[in-house]
Amino acid sequence: MKGIYLTIALAPMIGAVIAGFFGSRIGRTATHLATTAGVAVSFVCSLIVFKYIVLDGNPTFNGSIYTWLVSDGIRFEIGFLIDELTTLMMMVVTFVSLMVHIYTIGYMKDDPGYQRFFCYISLFTFSMLMLVMSNNFLQLFFGWEAVGLVSYLLIGFWHTRETAIYANLKAFLVNRVGDFGFLLGIAAVAMYFNSLDYADVFAAAPMMSDVTIQIIPGHDWSLLTVICILLFIGAMGKSAQVPLHVWLPDSMEGPTPISALIHAATMVTAGIFLVARMSPMYELSEVALSFVLIIGAVTALSMGVLGLIQNDIKRVVAYSTLSQLGYMTVALGASAYAAGVFHLMTHAFFKALLFLAAGSVIIAMHHEQDIRKMGGLKKYMPITYWTALIGSLALIGFPGTSGFFSKDAIIEAVHASTIPGAGFAYTAVLIGVFITALYTFRMFFLVFHGKERMDEHTREHLKESPWVVTVPLVLLAIPSLMIGYVTIDNMLFGDYFGDSIVVHESRDVLAQIGASFTSAGAFMVHGLITPAFWFAMAGLGTAWFVYMRRPDLADFAKQQCLPLFKLLDRNYGCDEFNDKVFAAGSRKVGRILSETGDAKLIDGYMVNGSANAVGWLASVARYTQTGYLYHYAFAMILGLVGLLTLFVMV
Amino acid sequence: MIELSDFLILGAILFCISLAGIFLNRKNIIIILMAIELMLLAVNMNFVAFSHYLGNVDGQIFVFFILTVAAAEAAIGLAILILLFRTKRTINVDQLDSLKH
Repeated sequence: MKGIYLTIALAPMIGAVIAGFFGSRIGRTATHLATTAGVAVSFVCSLIVFKYIVLDGNPTFNGSIYTWLVSDGIRFEIGFLIDELTTLMMMVVTFVSLMVHIYTIGYMKDDPGYQRFFCYISLFTFSMLMLVMSNNFLQLFFGWEAVGLVSYLLIGFWHTRETAIYANLKAFLVNRVGDFGFLLGIAAVAMYFNSLDYADVFAAAPMMSDVTIQIIPGHDWSLLTVICILLFIGAMGKSAQVPLHVWLPDSMEGPTPISALIHAATMVTAGIFLVARMSPMYELSEVALSFVLIIGAVTALSMGVLGLIQNDIKRVVAYSTLSQLGYMTVALGASAYAAGVFHLMTHAFFKALLFLAAGSVIIAMHHEQDIRKMGGLKKYMPITYWTALIGSLALIGFPGTSGFFSKDAIIEAVHASTIPGAGFAYTAVLIGVFITALYTFRMFFLVFHGKERMDEHTREHLKESPWVVTVPLVLLAIPSLMIGYVTIDNMLFGDYFGDSIVVHESRDVLAQIGASFTSAGAFMVHGLITPAFWFAMAGLGTAWFVYMRRPDLADFAKQQCLPLFKLLDRNYGCDEFNDKVFAAGSRKVGRILSETGDAKLIDGYMVNGSANAVGWLASVARYTQTGYLYHYAFAMILGLVGLLTLFVMV
Repeated sequence: MIELSDFLILGAILFCISLAGIFLNRKNIIIILMAIELMLLAVNMNFVAFSHYLGNVDGQIFVFFILTVAAAEAAIGLAILILLFRTKRTINVDQLDSLKH
């Protein structure tokens, strides 16, 4: 099976190499065939692995492929850990990636950077697979950074746009902040566990639960709490949790397919995957779990509110992504790892679907992204309409759709959880459900229903997108609708994850919910009487009333709460705060360092200073060099006399 | 009776004169060559004196060699001197400071 694992990881990379180095020579068609084939191979192999590991019940694979180096007893290896969690991630990543590859053929067909784009998205798939398949922290870090790099390249794909350059730099810098914590976490693991292998570390973790370290002298902190929080800071960067969320909305500067692939379905879920993967460590630290829970709850609520006032179709979806990532994080904090990963999977499908649908609308609207200038698209784009409806319903957790099962499970899990902060988180996610429904259907009604607000020229050219765009939509709509119903039984309450996720018995909220779980159908019926369902319906109803019946109400509300609106419009002032404090502050520190440290100290004293010292010394020593023969002879005699004296005396 | 020490003192005086000739001379490079010859003679004086008082002829044989080498050296030195004069048009010590540059 080792060969198959290698194939899964390497096939997209080969595609990326072909597209990247030979793309311009082999032409557009060959490029997209090569890369799409690479990802398709990966997807098929992932299915085979799924059958092998999950359906046939073969033991999980954990082995190294290649030893890079051994230093001080720590082995730096490239290895694969293929268990149920990995298999699930592999399938999600390769499936969504495959859909996006196909979709890109249509979406990017007029773009001059066609081959480059395919190179990047294949490279991304490779990086993400390396990340999820890793069996050690080092390779995890490699994949982590590689997806960050590709994300940077893709956000700035249209590198002549100034906003795109700003956005990709911002994404890169914010991720650096997270990665700094992540790297410190890995370093702490290497220092205390003396190994980077997951299996070794997880096995040793229970013995470490009493170890404390002092970062600030005099304060004992639990080692595992510190490690878990540091690793989670990395996850906050990648999964865009408050306060490191600022890069994700801006990343919508990139082309729509990558918004779907990277900034909705896969890369941003790396943080969720990380915490789920590290569950044996997180379970030993209640403080870290509480931290995760609260960060997630804040993100879920505050980012959803921001979605309400956005007018760019992609930004609305982007803020909904942030909010949904908050839900996943909340699930992790409540020890419902399986629910978090379950929501990750369903979200990957319906969010990719929503993004691709948004992209389809954008193509039809000739790259107009303002939803105030859309409306009534239903009759022009029926396939996009119906698939977007499915995606939206899944997003708000309408009973029966995949999003319903995962989101409801999360809310129930938080409700059942008893760790500090759970009460706050429960309130936050419930309000979040209302808000999600409100902004999702605000966007939906504004785009597909109501008056046609676009200009005459655009209206004449409105038509359904080509099949390469609509086929992925339909293929994604199917799992968005079905996958929750089909898999909830096994994934949440069965033993799908086996040993790959560890939950402490006292905190096993999913088992508590599972005790009353009989079937997916019953769960659905039960969902109808939960507050979450009514909150969602209230949100939907409000959206319908405000944007379909009384469009003047929205403006009225906006006028009434203008200061609040302005605060939201400015992203709670986060961007300005970052610009003024972090960016300006670090520029100031940089200038001080450059002026005093570099120009004065290094250039002035050290570089020029040592040169001047040599010059001065030489100018003094030059006086001994007269050029007269007799002076040299005198010096020789003096030396001779000196040496003779030394010889005779000593 | 002339003592050994008298010869050694004479040798030392000759050596000092030649040293002074090298250092104090500001004029002519020929004087430096002569001073070097004188230095060799001072050494020869010591050789002969020790040879006589110790009753060993080895010292006197050395003197022959030294004289031969000194003659050869003087010849070469003068030849170089002539070349130097041809290129620089001077043999004045104070002007020969091209080592400095």
